[in-house]
Amino acid sequence: MSGRFVLALALGATVLAPLVAPTYHVLLMLPFMAYAVALLGLNLLFGYTGLVSFGHALFLGVGAYTGAFLTSVFNVRSMETILAAAAALGALVAAPVGALCVRYVKIYFGMLTLAFGMVFYTFVLKFYRLTGGDEGMPFLRPALVGRSLEDLPKTDYLVGPYYYYSLAVLVLATLVMWRIVRSPFGLCLKTIRDNPTKAETLGIGVARYRWCAFVISAVYAAVGGALLGPPTGNVDPTLAYWTQSGNIVFMTLLGGFASFFGPVLGAFVFIYLQDWVMSVVPFWRLIFGAILAAIVIVAPGGLAGFWVRRPPVEASSP
Amino acid sequence: MTAHVVNVVLSGVFHASILFLVSAGLQVVFGVQKIFNLACGSFYALGAYVGVSAVGWYLEAGGPPALFIAPLAVAGLAVGAVGVVVERGLLRFVYDRDETFQLLLTFAIVLMMEDAIRLTWGTSPRSTSGLYLTYGRVGVLGTTVPVYNLIVIGASLAIALLIGGLLTRTAFGRIIRASADNREMAEALGVDMRRLYATVFALGTALGTLGGALVIPATVAMSEMGIELIVEAFAVVVIGGLGSMRGALVGALVVGVLRSIAISVYPELEMLLIYLIVIAVLVLRPRGLFGGPRA
Repeated sequence: MSGRFVLALALGATVLAPLVAPTYHVLLMLPFMAYAVALLGLNLLFGYTGLVSFGHALFLGVGAYTGAFLTSVFNVRSMETILAAAAALGALVAAPVGALCVRYVKIYFGMLTLAFGMVFYTFVLKFYRLTGGDEGMPFLRPALVGRSLEDLPKTDYLVGPYYYYSLAVLVLATLVMWRIVRSPFGLCLKTIRDNPTKAETLGIGVARYRWCAFVISAVYAAVGGALLGPPTGNVDPTLAYWTQSGNIVFMTLLGGFASFFGPVLGAFVFIYLQDWVMSVVPFWRLIFGAILAAIVIVAPGGLAGFWVRRPPVEASSP
Repeated sequence: MTAHVVNVVLSGVFHASILFLVSAGLQVVFGVQKIFNLACGSFYALGAYVGVSAVGWYLEAGGPPALFIAPLAVAGLAVGAVGVVVERGLLRFVYDRDETFQLLLTFAIVLMMEDAIRLTWGTSPRSTSGLYLTYGRVGVLGTTVPVYNLIVIGASLAIALLIGGLLTRTAFGRIIRASADNREMAEALGVDMRRLYATVFALGTALGTLGGALVIPATVAMSEMGIELIVEAFAVVVIGGLGSMRGALVGALVVGVLRSIAISVYPELEMLLIYLIVIAVLVLRPRGLFGGPRA
């Protein structure tokens, strides 16, 4: 089966899902699509640039809180405005944070991003007069493409207009990201990942490229974060906690960071598997932890790794 | 005024002595195995729950309450054996991998341990009711402090000295330091890395579980306590410098006391202040205050 055929099949199924699938499963598609957008961005940093952020929940939080503030404080209801504002704020926050973080690689990069993520988390948690603290903030129903849709029952709104809206954002985000990774810019990122010294010798401004990748990935995460708000109608600080950053890296690895669509697949499997496991036993973390450990040890290529060529698993010692 | 300051500082130092134990465990593992162990917070939580259970059994068996600290410490240390299982069962497969995968594997352990604790002890908080003040309180510079706090501070200092002695004055300590410096060379000189790694990881785990056990009379055991503590321990090792024992001691004091001051002056600032310091340290001096020359 060619990749293109599978992709067309997946897209077709996603378009038709609200017509045939049970409402419950259609509703689960909403967080999936939101995470998929965020993960496309995260993987530009992880898979393509070789930097693993342990603080990307920060940008999910920035996006989600932007939407919550705009709808419930400023009464701005247009989803387009919300997404644009989330993207802009994500970039605005990411610019200085990224400038500091990309000076380091590997474990130090991970630690610095984790620290920034926790700064944001403690901020929204502690300044409850502004953010509602651990109870969070309401994310009121946004208007889509200028139509208010206030009179629709919540479920009809979510499985109807909002579903297709999210899908459109995901498709658009995918197309843009596809262009980015295929562009000379994307190729430079891969060069930097594989050999930063050589990249520098070839005249690629390593730090600047890493910074650009960081900001783009933050914009994607902020947009994904904003999309997460309407289905629950509420935004709370757990979205920005460090374990959430760990979870999205987990999703990326589950799907396969070495492949373009791997993270999207990872988000899909994570959300549905989590839902299914939770319906059987209440201890989903135990099972997911075991899955993550198994992936790290025996299948670092993730699910996509079984399908595409399998990356060599190095021998380990001692 | 003095009394208030002393009170704030002493409660900070108490917290710091617990933080030091967990961070020391993180440091010794990072120093030798080069793995940043996110699960050290989970070991701390495990130690806390085991401590609660051990003290419970001890009292049921009719042990004198005044000696509760003995079963507590023994249980805390003994459960460190879990470290050997984790190291031999999971970590040893990833020593040659990218740091990212090592970090993610420890994250997997965090997820598993959190639910393993919930499965074993349930979701409601556990505590050793009423034992905290068994030893009474004592007046210090115009304020009163639970004697238990002073015991823990003393024990933590003693452990710091013991570790320092172990690392600098014994053959085993020399082997640890040599392996931290140059694994291949140490291996070529005949050090059994498999055993060393298992031992070091068990030592790191035992420090974490002991920290959890010792904190428990003063607080309650909750399943989230691990993932909350790891970010504090993380702050400690960044401020002190990754891999350095002296750094863990100083970092723990900085984080513990500052947090205590922030809580009493402006509670909203609490951890925010700590993370801002962490960022400042990472940006200005990424190796931390006591970090070695290797990044």
